[in-house]
Amino acid sequence: MGRRTTRPPSRALEQAVRWVCLLAALMPVIVLAVLLFDVVGKGIERLDLQFLGGFPSRRPEQAGILAGAVGSLYLVGLTGAIAVPIGVGAALYLEEYARRGRLARLIETNLSNLAGVPSIIYGLLGLELFVRALGMGRSLIAGAMTLALLVLPIVITTTREALRTVPPALREAGLALGATKWQVVRRMVLPMSMPGILTGSILAISRAIGEAAPLVVLGALTYVNFLPYGPDSPFLALPIQIFNWTRRPQDGFAVDAAAAIIVLMLMLTLLVLNAAAIILRGRIGRRLAR
Amino acid sequence: MKAEPKLSVQELSAWYGDQQVLTRVSLELPERQVSAIIGPSGCGKSTLIRCFNRMHELVPTATHRGSVQLDGEDIYAPGVDPVLVRRRIGMVFQKPNPFPTMSIRDNVLAGLKLTSARQGDRDGIVERALSQAALWSEVRDRLDEPGTGLSVGQQQRMCIARALAVEPEVILMDEPCSALDPIATTRIEDMLASLRERYTIVIVTHNMQQAARVSQKTAFLLRGELVEFSDTDALFTQPLDKRTEDYLTGKFG
Repeated sequence: MGRRTTRPPSRALEQAVRWVCLLAALMPVIVLAVLLFDVVGKGIERLDLQFLGGFPSRRPEQAGILAGAVGSLYLVGLTGAIAVPIGVGAALYLEEYARRGRLARLIETNLSNLAGVPSIIYGLLGLELFVRALGMGRSLIAGAMTLALLVLPIVITTTREALRTVPPALREAGLALGATKWQVVRRMVLPMSMPGILTGSILAISRAIGEAAPLVVLGALTYVNFLPYGPDSPFLALPIQIFNWTRRPQDGFAVDAAAAIIVLMLMLTLLVLNAAAIILRGRIGRRLAR
Repeated sequence: MKAEPKLSVQELSAWYGDQQVLTRVSLELPERQVSAIIGPSGCGKSTLIRCFNRMHELVPTATHRGSVQLDGEDIYAPGVDPVLVRRRIGMVFQKPNPFPTMSIRDNVLAGLKLTSARQGDRDGIVERALSQAALWSEVRDRLDEPGTGLSVGQQQRMCIARALAVEPEVILMDEPCSALDPIATTRIEDMLASLRERYTIVIVTHNMQQAARVSQKTAFLLRGELVEFSDTDALFTQPLDKRTEDYLTGKFG
Protein backbone atom coordinates (compact mmCIF):
# COMPACT_ATOMS: atom_id res chain seq x y z
CA MET A 1 0.00 0.00 0.00
CA GLY A 2 1.02 3.54 -0.64
CA ARG A 3 3.92 2.60 -2.93
CA ARG A 4 4.76 5.56 -5.14
CA THR A 5 7.39 4.77 -7.68
CA THR A 6 6.61 7.72 -9.91
CA ARG A 7 5.03 11.07 -9.57
CA PRO A 8 1.49 11.09 -10.92
CA PRO A 9 1.64 12.32 -14.51
CA SER A 10 0.59 15.88 -15.02
CA ARG A 11 -2.26 15.87 -17.50
CA ALA A 12 -1.93 19.60 -17.97
CA LEU A 13 1.72 19.29 -19.05
CA GLU A 14 0.90 16.42 -21.43
CA GLN A 15 -1.77 18.51 -23.09
CA ALA A 16 0.40 21.63 -23.21
CA VAL A 17 3.24 19.81 -24.97
CA ARG A 18 0.79 18.37 -27.45
CA TRP A 19 -0.63 21.78 -28.33
CA VAL A 20 2.74 23.50 -28.55
CA CYS A 21 3.97 20.83 -30.94
CA LEU A 22 0.83 21.09 -33.04
CA LEU A 23 1.32 24.86 -33.26
CA ALA A 24 4.91 24.33 -34.37
CA ALA A 25 3.75 21.92 -37.04
CA LEU A 26 1.11 24.34 -38.27
CA MET A 27 3.47 27.32 -38.41
CA PRO A 28 4.94 26.70 -41.87
CA VAL A 29 1.51 25.87 -43.25
CA ILE A 30 0.10 29.13 -41.92
CA VAL A 31 2.99 31.18 -43.29
CA LEU A 32 2.64 29.57 -46.70
CA ALA A 33 -1.12 30.12 -46.67
CA VAL A 34 -0.73 33.81 -45.78
CA LEU A 35 1.86 34.23 -48.53
CA LEU A 36 -0.28 32.51 -51.13
CA PHE A 37 -3.40 34.40 -50.05
CA ASP A 38 -1.59 37.73 -50.27
CA VAL A 39 0.01 37.00 -53.63
CA VAL A 40 -3.10 35.55 -55.22
CA GLY A 41 -5.21 38.45 -53.90
CA LYS A 42 -2.84 40.95 -55.46
CA GLY A 43 -1.94 39.23 -58.65
CA ILE A 44 -4.84 37.13 -59.86
CA GLU A 45 -6.53 40.06 -61.62
CA ARG A 46 -3.40 40.67 -63.64
CA LEU A 47 -3.25 37.10 -65.01
CA ASP A 48 -4.67 37.63 -68.47
CA LEU A 49 -3.49 36.69 -71.94
CA GLN A 50 -1.82 40.05 -72.40
CA PHE A 51 0.26 39.45 -69.28
CA LEU A 52 1.08 35.84 -70.10
CA GLY A 53 1.92 36.60 -73.70
CA GLY A 54 3.60 39.99 -73.24
CA PHE A 55 7.20 41.14 -73.02
CA PRO A 56 8.68 43.43 -70.36
CA SER A 57 7.66 47.05 -70.59
CA ARG A 58 8.28 50.33 -68.87
CA ARG A 59 4.56 50.60 -68.20
CA PRO A 60 3.45 48.03 -65.59
CA GLU A 61 0.01 47.54 -67.16
CA GLN A 62 1.61 46.61 -70.49
CA ALA A 63 4.34 44.35 -69.11
CA GLY A 64 4.20 40.60 -69.59
CA ILE A 65 6.10 37.49 -68.54
CA LEU A 66 6.39 35.55 -71.76
CA ALA A 67 10.15 36.09 -72.07
CA GLY A 68 10.74 35.19 -68.41
CA ALA A 69 8.51 32.13 -68.39
CA VAL A 70 9.86 30.72 -71.64
CA GLY A 71 13.41 31.59 -70.56
CA SER A 72 12.87 29.70 -67.30
CA LEU A 73 11.50 26.64 -69.12
CA TYR A 74 14.47 26.56 -71.51
CA LEU A 75 16.81 27.11 -68.59
CA VAL A 76 15.54 24.26 -66.41
CA GLY A 77 15.20 21.99 -69.45
CA LEU A 78 18.85 22.51 -70.28
CA THR A 79 19.81 22.28 -66.60
CA GLY A 80 18.08 18.91 -66.33
CA ALA A 81 19.67 17.68 -69.55
CA ILE A 82 23.11 18.51 -68.14
CA ALA A 83 22.69 17.69 -64.44
CA VAL A 84 20.74 14.43 -64.64
CA PRO A 85 23.12 12.38 -66.84
CA ILE A 86 26.18 13.65 -64.97
CA GLY A 87 24.53 13.19 -61.58
CA VAL A 88 23.30 9.67 -62.33
CA GLY A 89 26.71 8.78 -63.74
CA ALA A 90 28.46 10.06 -60.62
CA ALA A 91 26.02 8.21 -58.36
CA LEU A 92 26.51 4.99 -60.35
CA TYR A 93 30.25 5.32 -59.98
CA LEU A 94 30.08 5.93 -56.24
CA GLU A 95 27.53 3.19 -55.52
CA GLU A 96 28.34 0.48 -58.05
CA TYR A 97 31.93 0.86 -59.13
CA ALA A 98 34.03 2.73 -56.58
CA ARG A 99 35.93 0.69 -54.05
CA ARG A 100 35.73 2.24 -50.60
CA GLY A 101 39.02 4.00 -51.12
CA ARG A 102 40.57 7.41 -50.91
CA LEU A 103 39.11 8.61 -54.22
CA ALA A 104 35.54 7.75 -53.23
CA ARG A 105 35.98 9.48 -49.88
CA LEU A 106 37.45 12.54 -51.56
CA ILE A 107 34.51 12.77 -53.94
CA GLU A 108 31.99 12.25 -51.15
CA THR A 109 33.48 14.92 -48.91
CA ASN A 110 33.49 17.40 -51.75
CA LEU A 111 29.92 16.57 -52.67
CA SER A 112 28.67 17.44 -49.22
CA ASN A 113 30.81 20.60 -49.31
CA LEU A 114 29.31 21.56 -52.66
CA ALA A 115 25.79 21.05 -51.33
CA GLY A 116 26.54 23.60 -48.62
CA VAL A 117 27.92 26.33 -50.88
CA PRO A 118 25.57 29.35 -51.15
CA SER A 119 24.01 29.64 -54.57
CA ILE A 120 25.41 33.12 -55.18
CA ILE A 121 28.91 31.63 -55.07
CA TYR A 122 27.89 29.33 -57.90
CA GLY A 123 26.90 32.46 -59.77
CA LEU A 124 30.38 33.90 -59.33
CA LEU A 125 31.92 30.61 -60.45
CA GLY A 126 29.66 30.52 -63.48
CA LEU A 127 30.53 34.11 -64.33
CA GLU A 128 34.27 33.45 -64.23
CA LEU A 129 34.29 29.96 -65.72
CA PHE A 130 31.47 29.76 -68.25
CA VAL A 131 30.76 33.36 -69.15
CA ARG A 132 34.34 34.63 -69.27
CA ALA A 133 36.95 31.84 -69.39
CA LEU A 134 34.99 29.57 -71.71
CA GLY A 135 33.59 32.53 -73.61
CA MET A 136 29.96 31.48 -73.49
CA GLY A 137 28.80 34.99 -72.71
CA ARG A 138 25.68 35.75 -70.71
CA SER A 139 23.84 32.96 -72.47
CA LEU A 140 21.23 30.33 -71.63
CA ILE A 141 23.83 27.60 -71.74
CA ALA A 142 26.10 29.41 -69.27
CA GLY A 143 23.11 29.84 -66.94
CA ALA A 144 22.06 26.22 -67.34
CA MET A 145 25.57 24.95 -66.62
CA THR A 146 25.78 27.09 -63.50
CA LEU A 147 22.41 25.84 -62.26
CA ALA A 148 23.42 22.28 -63.17
CA LEU A 149 26.44 22.58 -60.88
CA LEU A 150 24.16 23.94 -58.20
CA VAL A 151 21.70 21.03 -58.32
CA LEU A 152 24.20 18.28 -59.08
CA PRO A 153 24.62 17.32 -55.39
CA ILE A 154 20.83 16.88 -55.13
CA VAL A 155 20.71 14.59 -58.16
CA ILE A 156 23.70 12.57 -56.96
CA THR A 157 22.42 12.16 -53.41
CA THR A 158 18.88 11.14 -54.35
CA THR A 159 20.14 8.79 -57.07
CA ARG A 160 22.52 7.12 -54.63
CA GLU A 161 19.67 6.62 -52.19
CA ALA A 162 17.56 5.12 -54.96
CA LEU A 163 20.36 2.77 -56.01
CA ARG A 164 20.83 1.67 -52.42
CA THR A 165 17.24 0.46 -52.21
CA VAL A 166 18.12 -2.37 -54.64
CA PRO A 167 19.22 -5.26 -52.40
CA PRO A 168 22.84 -6.42 -52.91
CA ALA A 169 21.58 -10.02 -53.06
CA LEU A 170 19.89 -9.22 -56.38
CA ARG A 171 23.11 -7.82 -57.84
CA GLU A 172 24.91 -11.00 -56.74
CA ALA A 173 22.19 -13.11 -58.30
CA GLY A 174 22.58 -11.28 -61.59
CA LEU A 175 26.36 -11.56 -61.57
CA ALA A 176 26.18 -15.25 -60.67
CA LEU A 177 24.04 -15.79 -63.76
CA GLY A 178 26.96 -14.62 -65.85
CA ALA A 179 25.86 -11.05 -66.45
CA THR A 180 28.46 -8.30 -66.60
CA LYS A 181 28.36 -5.48 -64.11
CA TRP A 182 26.97 -3.10 -66.71
CA GLN A 183 24.29 -5.61 -67.74
CA VAL A 184 23.21 -5.93 -64.12
CA VAL A 185 23.22 -2.15 -63.66
CA ARG A 186 21.39 -1.35 -66.89
CA ARG A 187 18.80 -4.14 -66.96
CA MET A 188 18.16 -4.54 -63.25
CA VAL A 189 19.46 -1.88 -60.90
CA LEU A 190 18.58 1.18 -62.99
CA PRO A 191 15.01 0.09 -63.85
CA MET A 192 14.34 -0.79 -60.20
CA SER A 193 15.62 2.54 -58.94
CA MET A 194 14.11 4.63 -61.74
CA PRO A 195 11.22 6.10 -59.69
CA GLY A 196 13.69 7.39 -57.10
CA ILE A 197 16.02 8.80 -59.74
CA LEU A 198 13.18 10.59 -61.53
CA THR A 199 11.84 12.03 -58.29
CA GLY A 200 15.29 13.32 -57.38
CA SER A 201 15.70 14.86 -60.82
CA ILE A 202 12.40 16.66 -60.54
CA LEU A 203 13.28 17.94 -57.09
CA ALA A 204 16.56 19.22 -58.49
CA ILE A 205 14.78 20.97 -61.33
CA SER A 206 12.29 22.51 -58.88
CA ARG A 207 15.24 23.92 -57.02
CA ALA A 208 16.72 25.31 -60.22
CA ILE A 209 13.52 26.95 -61.41
CA GLY A 210 13.30 29.17 -58.33
CA GLU A 211 16.93 30.32 -58.24
CA ALA A 212 17.58 33.99 -58.88
CA ALA A 213 20.84 34.84 -57.13
CA PRO A 214 23.30 32.93 -59.34
CA LEU A 215 21.58 34.22 -62.47
CA VAL A 216 21.73 37.81 -61.28
CA VAL A 217 25.47 37.47 -60.70
CA LEU A 218 25.83 35.73 -64.03
CA GLY A 219 24.23 38.71 -65.71
CA ALA A 220 20.93 37.45 -66.99
CA LEU A 221 19.14 40.33 -68.70
CA THR A 222 16.20 42.08 -67.12
CA TYR A 223 14.76 43.54 -70.28
CA VAL A 224 14.31 41.02 -73.09
CA ASN A 225 11.77 41.54 -75.80
CA PHE A 226 12.39 38.32 -77.68
CA LEU A 227 12.24 34.60 -76.96
CA PRO A 228 15.45 32.59 -76.60
CA TYR A 229 16.61 31.44 -80.03
CA GLY A 230 19.10 28.84 -78.90
CA PRO A 231 21.54 27.82 -76.18
CA ASP A 232 23.71 30.85 -76.93
CA SER A 233 20.81 33.28 -76.62
CA PRO A 234 20.67 35.96 -73.92
CA PHE A 235 17.78 35.18 -71.64
CA LEU A 236 15.43 36.28 -68.90
CA ALA A 237 14.15 33.98 -66.14
CA LEU A 238 11.01 34.28 -64.03
CA PRO A 239 12.72 34.74 -60.64
CA ILE A 240 14.83 37.55 -62.12
CA GLN A 241 11.76 39.17 -63.62
CA ILE A 242 10.09 39.03 -60.23
CA PHE A 243 13.15 40.37 -58.46
CA ASN A 244 13.37 43.20 -60.96
CA TRP A 245 9.71 44.15 -60.72
CA THR A 246 9.73 44.22 -56.92
CA ARG A 247 12.52 46.80 -57.01
CA ARG A 248 10.53 49.22 -59.16
CA PRO A 249 8.80 52.14 -57.41
CA GLN A 250 5.50 52.03 -59.32
CA ASP A 251 2.68 50.13 -57.55
CA GLY A 252 1.72 48.48 -60.81
CA PHE A 253 4.93 46.49 -60.87
CA ALA A 254 4.16 45.01 -57.44
CA VAL A 255 0.98 43.61 -58.96
CA ASP A 256 2.98 42.28 -61.91
CA ALA A 257 5.41 40.64 -59.49
CA ALA A 258 2.56 39.00 -57.58
CA ALA A 259 1.09 37.67 -60.81
CA ALA A 260 4.49 36.34 -61.89
CA ILE A 261 4.90 34.63 -58.52
CA ILE A 262 1.57 32.85 -59.13
CA VAL A 263 2.90 31.56 -62.44
CA LEU A 264 6.15 30.42 -60.83
CA MET A 265 4.23 28.65 -58.07
CA LEU A 266 2.05 26.91 -60.64
CA MET A 267 5.13 25.64 -62.46
CA LEU A 268 6.57 24.37 -59.17
CA THR A 269 3.29 22.70 -58.22
CA LEU A 270 3.25 20.97 -61.58
CA LEU A 271 6.74 19.61 -60.97
CA VAL A 272 5.94 18.49 -57.44
CA LEU A 273 2.73 16.80 -58.59
CA ASN A 274 4.74 14.97 -61.23
CA ALA A 275 7.21 13.78 -58.62
CA ALA A 276 4.34 12.63 -56.42
CA ALA A 277 2.80 10.76 -59.34
CA ILE A 278 6.06 8.92 -60.00
CA ILE A 279 6.43 7.96 -56.35
CA LEU A 280 2.84 6.74 -56.21
CA ARG A 281 3.17 4.75 -59.40
CA GLY A 282 6.32 3.14 -58.04
CA ARG A 283 4.53 2.19 -54.81
CA ILE A 284 1.49 0.81 -56.56
CA GLY A 285 3.62 -1.09 -59.06
CA ARG A 286 5.55 -2.67 -56.24
CA ARG A 287 2.37 -3.63 -54.45
CA LEU A 288 1.02 -5.26 -57.58
CA ALA A 289 4.26 -7.13 -58.05
CA ARG A 290 4.07 -8.54 -54.57
CA MET B 1 39.20 -45.83 -63.67
CA LYS B 2 40.22 -42.40 -62.50
CA ALA B 3 38.28 -39.84 -64.52
CA GLU B 4 39.44 -36.28 -65.02
CA PRO B 5 38.06 -34.04 -62.27
CA LYS B 6 35.56 -31.35 -63.29
CA LEU B 7 36.88 -28.90 -60.74
CA SER B 8 40.37 -29.12 -59.40
CA VAL B 9 41.43 -26.91 -56.51
CA GLN B 10 45.08 -26.52 -55.64
CA GLU B 11 46.56 -24.85 -52.61
CA LEU B 12 43.72 -22.37 -52.41
CA SER B 13 43.99 -19.73 -49.69
CA ALA B 14 41.65 -16.79 -49.27
CA TRP B 15 41.52 -13.64 -47.19
CA TYR B 16 39.17 -10.84 -46.28
CA GLY B 17 41.58 -8.00 -45.60
CA ASP B 18 44.12 -9.41 -43.15
CA GLN B 19 41.88 -12.21 -42.00
CA GLN B 20 42.68 -15.55 -43.57
CA VAL B 21 39.59 -17.71 -44.08
CA LEU B 22 40.97 -20.52 -46.23
CA THR B 23 44.38 -22.15 -45.87
CA ARG B 24 45.87 -24.17 -48.73
CA VAL B 25 42.79 -26.17 -49.62
CA SER B 26 43.28 -28.79 -52.33
CA LEU B 27 40.57 -31.08 -53.65
CA GLU B 28 39.29 -32.57 -56.88
CA LEU B 29 35.58 -32.68 -57.59
CA PRO B 30 34.40 -35.37 -59.99
CA GLU B 31 32.07 -34.66 -62.89
CA ARG B 32 28.34 -35.40 -62.63
CA GLN B 33 28.37 -36.08 -58.95
CA VAL B 34 27.17 -34.23 -55.91
CA SER B 35 30.00 -33.11 -53.67
CA ALA B 36 29.11 -31.80 -50.24
CA ILE B 37 31.17 -29.41 -48.17
CA ILE B 38 30.45 -29.62 -44.46
CA GLY B 39 31.86 -27.94 -41.41
CA PRO B 40 30.89 -25.68 -38.53
CA SER B 41 29.76 -22.08 -39.10
CA GLY B 42 32.55 -19.76 -40.15
CA CYS B 43 34.84 -22.52 -41.35
CA GLY B 44 35.12 -21.05 -44.83
CA LYS B 45 32.63 -23.28 -46.68
CA SER B 46 30.86 -20.42 -48.44
CA THR B 47 34.11 -18.63 -49.23
CA LEU B 48 35.44 -21.83 -50.77
CA ILE B 49 32.62 -22.20 -53.26
CA ARG B 50 32.54 -18.48 -53.93
CA CYS B 51 36.12 -18.91 -55.11
CA PHE B 52 34.89 -21.55 -57.59
CA ASN B 53 32.93 -19.03 -59.69
CA ARG B 54 34.96 -15.94 -58.88
CA MET B 55 32.26 -14.40 -56.70
CA HIS B 56 34.77 -14.12 -53.85
CA GLU B 57 36.59 -11.26 -55.54
CA LEU B 58 33.42 -9.13 -55.59
CA VAL B 59 33.83 -8.45 -51.90
CA PRO B 60 36.04 -5.41 -51.37
CA THR B 61 39.36 -6.36 -49.73
CA ALA B 62 38.91 -10.03 -50.67
CA THR B 63 42.05 -11.73 -51.98
CA HIS B 64 43.13 -15.28 -52.77
CA ARG B 65 46.10 -17.38 -53.75
CA GLY B 66 46.26 -20.77 -55.42
CA SER B 67 44.37 -22.08 -58.40
CA VAL B 68 40.99 -23.45 -59.37
CA GLN B 69 40.77 -25.40 -62.60
CA LEU B 70 37.63 -26.10 -64.57
CA ASP B 71 38.24 -28.97 -67.01
CA GLY B 72 41.94 -28.42 -66.52
CA GLU B 73 41.86 -24.67 -67.25
CA ASP B 74 42.76 -22.23 -64.52
CA ILE B 75 39.78 -19.89 -64.03
CA TYR B 76 42.09 -17.35 -62.40
CA ALA B 77 44.57 -17.30 -65.29
CA PRO B 78 45.21 -13.84 -66.68
CA GLY B 79 42.86 -13.06 -69.53
CA VAL B 80 40.07 -15.25 -68.19
CA ASP B 81 36.84 -13.26 -67.97
CA PRO B 82 35.08 -13.96 -64.66
CA VAL B 83 31.77 -13.35 -66.44
CA LEU B 84 32.37 -16.32 -68.75
CA VAL B 85 33.42 -18.46 -65.79
CA ARG B 86 30.12 -17.66 -64.07
CA ARG B 87 28.17 -18.69 -67.16
CA ARG B 88 29.72 -22.16 -66.89
CA ILE B 89 29.49 -22.35 -63.10
CA GLY B 90 26.12 -21.29 -61.77
CA MET B 91 25.21 -20.52 -58.19
CA VAL B 92 22.23 -20.86 -55.88
CA PHE B 93 22.24 -18.77 -52.72
CA GLN B 94 21.32 -19.41 -49.12
CA LYS B 95 18.27 -17.17 -49.18
CA PRO B 96 16.01 -17.37 -52.22
CA ASN B 97 16.58 -14.15 -54.16
CA PRO B 98 13.98 -13.93 -56.91
CA PHE B 99 13.91 -10.72 -58.93
CA PRO B 100 10.99 -8.91 -57.29
CA THR B 101 9.53 -7.10 -60.27
CA MET B 102 9.56 -10.14 -62.56
CA SER B 103 7.05 -12.86 -63.29
CA ILE B 104 7.93 -16.52 -62.76
CA ARG B 105 8.67 -16.87 -66.46
CA ASP B 106 10.90 -13.79 -66.54
CA ASN B 107 12.72 -14.90 -63.42
CA VAL B 108 13.63 -18.17 -65.12
CA LEU B 109 14.70 -16.32 -68.26
CA ALA B 110 16.50 -13.60 -66.29
CA GLY B 111 19.99 -14.95 -66.93
CA LEU B 112 19.37 -15.05 -70.67
CA LYS B 113 17.78 -11.63 -70.71
CA LEU B 114 20.48 -9.99 -68.62
CA THR B 115 23.21 -11.36 -70.84
CA SER B 116 21.27 -10.70 -74.08
CA ALA B 117 21.76 -14.36 -74.96
CA ARG B 118 19.82 -15.89 -77.83
CA GLN B 119 16.60 -17.28 -76.41
CA GLY B 120 15.11 -19.11 -79.37
CA ASP B 121 12.50 -21.31 -77.77
CA ARG B 122 11.61 -19.36 -74.64
CA ASP B 123 8.68 -21.54 -73.64
CA GLY B 124 10.81 -24.63 -74.09
CA ILE B 125 13.61 -23.20 -71.96
CA VAL B 126 11.19 -22.19 -69.20
CA GLU B 127 9.47 -25.58 -69.16
CA ARG B 128 12.73 -27.52 -69.21
CA ALA B 129 14.36 -25.49 -66.43
CA LEU B 130 11.26 -25.55 -64.22
CA SER B 131 10.82 -29.28 -64.78
CA GLN B 132 14.41 -29.97 -63.82
CA ALA B 133 13.87 -27.89 -60.71
CA ALA B 134 10.70 -29.94 -59.93
CA LEU B 135 8.52 -26.85 -60.02
CA TRP B 136 6.83 -27.10 -63.42
CA SER B 137 3.68 -28.91 -62.33
CA GLU B 138 3.07 -26.36 -59.57
CA VAL B 139 3.46 -23.20 -61.63
CA ARG B 140 2.66 -24.16 -65.23
CA ASP B 141 -0.67 -22.35 -65.09
CA ARG B 142 0.64 -19.15 -63.53
CA LEU B 143 3.92 -18.41 -65.24
CA ASP B 144 2.96 -14.75 -65.59
CA GLU B 145 2.33 -14.21 -61.92
CA PRO B 146 5.06 -12.52 -59.87
CA GLY B 147 7.82 -14.81 -58.67
CA THR B 148 7.66 -13.32 -55.21
CA GLY B 149 4.12 -14.70 -54.82
CA LEU B 150 5.49 -18.24 -54.47
CA SER B 151 6.26 -19.91 -51.14
CA VAL B 152 9.86 -19.67 -49.96
CA GLY B 153 10.52 -23.28 -50.95
CA GLN B 154 9.06 -22.69 -54.40
CA GLN B 155 11.08 -19.50 -54.73
CA GLN B 156 14.27 -21.41 -54.06
CA ARG B 157 13.38 -23.99 -56.71
CA MET B 158 12.63 -21.11 -59.08
CA CYS B 159 16.10 -19.73 -58.34
CA ILE B 160 17.54 -23.16 -59.14
CA ALA B 161 15.57 -23.16 -62.41
CA ARG B 162 16.96 -19.69 -63.12
CA ALA B 163 20.49 -21.01 -62.67
CA LEU B 164 19.74 -24.06 -64.85
CA ALA B 165 18.25 -21.98 -67.67
CA VAL B 166 21.64 -20.57 -68.65
CA GLU B 167 22.89 -24.17 -68.99
CA PRO B 168 25.92 -24.16 -66.72
CA GLU B 169 28.13 -27.21 -66.31
CA VAL B 170 28.62 -26.87 -62.57
CA ILE B 171 26.08 -25.68 -60.01
CA LEU B 172 27.26 -24.33 -56.67
CA MET B 173 24.70 -24.34 -53.88
CA ASP B 174 25.38 -22.32 -50.75
CA GLU B 175 23.23 -23.86 -48.01
CA PRO B 176 20.23 -23.86 -50.35
CA CYS B 177 17.88 -25.37 -47.79
CA SER B 178 18.78 -23.43 -44.67
CA ALA B 179 15.79 -21.09 -45.06
CA LEU B 180 13.37 -23.89 -45.94
CA ASP B 181 11.08 -26.22 -44.03
CA PRO B 182 11.68 -30.01 -44.03
CA ILE B 183 9.20 -30.74 -46.84
CA ALA B 184 10.69 -28.10 -49.12
CA THR B 185 14.14 -29.40 -48.21
CA THR B 186 13.16 -32.93 -49.22
CA ARG B 187 11.97 -31.73 -52.60
CA ILE B 188 15.29 -30.07 -53.31
CA GLU B 189 17.24 -33.09 -52.11
CA ASP B 190 15.21 -35.35 -54.40
CA MET B 191 15.83 -32.96 -57.26
CA LEU B 192 19.59 -33.11 -56.72
CA ALA B 193 19.55 -36.84 -57.41
CA SER B 194 18.18 -36.26 -60.89
CA LEU B 195 20.22 -33.13 -61.58
CA ARG B 196 23.48 -34.96 -61.15
CA GLU B 197 22.82 -36.93 -64.29
CA ARG B 198 23.61 -33.74 -66.20
CA TYR B 199 25.42 -31.38 -63.86
CA THR B 200 28.32 -31.36 -61.48
CA ILE B 201 26.96 -30.13 -58.17
CA VAL B 202 28.74 -28.71 -55.16
CA ILE B 203 26.56 -28.16 -52.12
CA VAL B 204 27.57 -26.41 -48.94
CA THR B 205 25.57 -27.51 -45.94
CA HIS B 206 25.78 -27.32 -42.19
CA ASN B 207 23.45 -30.28 -42.06
CA MET B 208 25.51 -33.48 -41.91
CA GLN B 209 22.52 -35.73 -42.57
CA GLN B 210 21.79 -33.79 -45.70
CA ALA B 211 25.35 -34.28 -46.92
CA ALA B 212 25.06 -38.00 -46.21
CA ARG B 213 21.76 -38.23 -48.09
CA VAL B 214 22.57 -36.32 -51.25
CA SER B 215 26.30 -36.48 -51.92
CA GLN B 216 28.80 -38.95 -53.30
CA LYS B 217 31.82 -37.04 -52.07
CA THR B 218 32.16 -35.03 -48.89
CA ALA B 219 34.74 -32.52 -47.77
CA PHE B 220 35.07 -31.59 -44.13
CA LEU B 221 36.37 -28.10 -43.55
CA LEU B 222 37.52 -26.75 -40.19
CA ARG B 223 38.85 -23.23 -39.56
CA GLY B 224 39.65 -22.76 -43.21
CA GLU B 225 41.55 -26.00 -43.57
CA LEU B 226 40.46 -29.11 -45.40
CA VAL B 227 40.51 -31.88 -42.81
CA GLU B 228 39.23 -34.73 -44.90
CA PHE B 229 37.84 -35.32 -48.37
CA SER B 230 36.63 -38.71 -49.50
CA ASP B 231 33.64 -40.75 -50.62
CA THR B 232 30.65 -39.77 -48.53
CA ASP B 233 30.03 -43.34 -47.32
CA ALA B 234 33.61 -43.70 -46.18
CA LEU B 235 33.76 -40.32 -44.50
CA PHE B 236 30.63 -40.90 -42.50
CA THR B 237 31.35 -44.51 -41.49
CA GLN B 238 35.11 -44.58 -41.14
CA PRO B 239 36.49 -41.08 -40.84
CA LEU B 240 40.28 -41.07 -41.03
CA ASP B 241 40.80 -37.96 -38.98
CA LYS B 242 39.98 -37.68 -35.31
CA ARG B 243 38.54 -34.17 -35.83
CA THR B 244 36.13 -35.45 -38.48
CA GLU B 245 34.94 -38.14 -36.14
CA ASP B 246 34.48 -35.65 -33.30
CA TYR B 247 32.47 -33.34 -35.54
CA LEU B 248 30.30 -36.16 -36.92
CA THR B 249 29.57 -37.51 -33.47
CA GLY B 250 28.63 -34.07 -32.24
CA LYS B 251 31.54 -33.44 -29.88
CA PHE B 252 31.71 -29.91 -31.32
CA GLY B 253 29.97 -28.03 -34.04
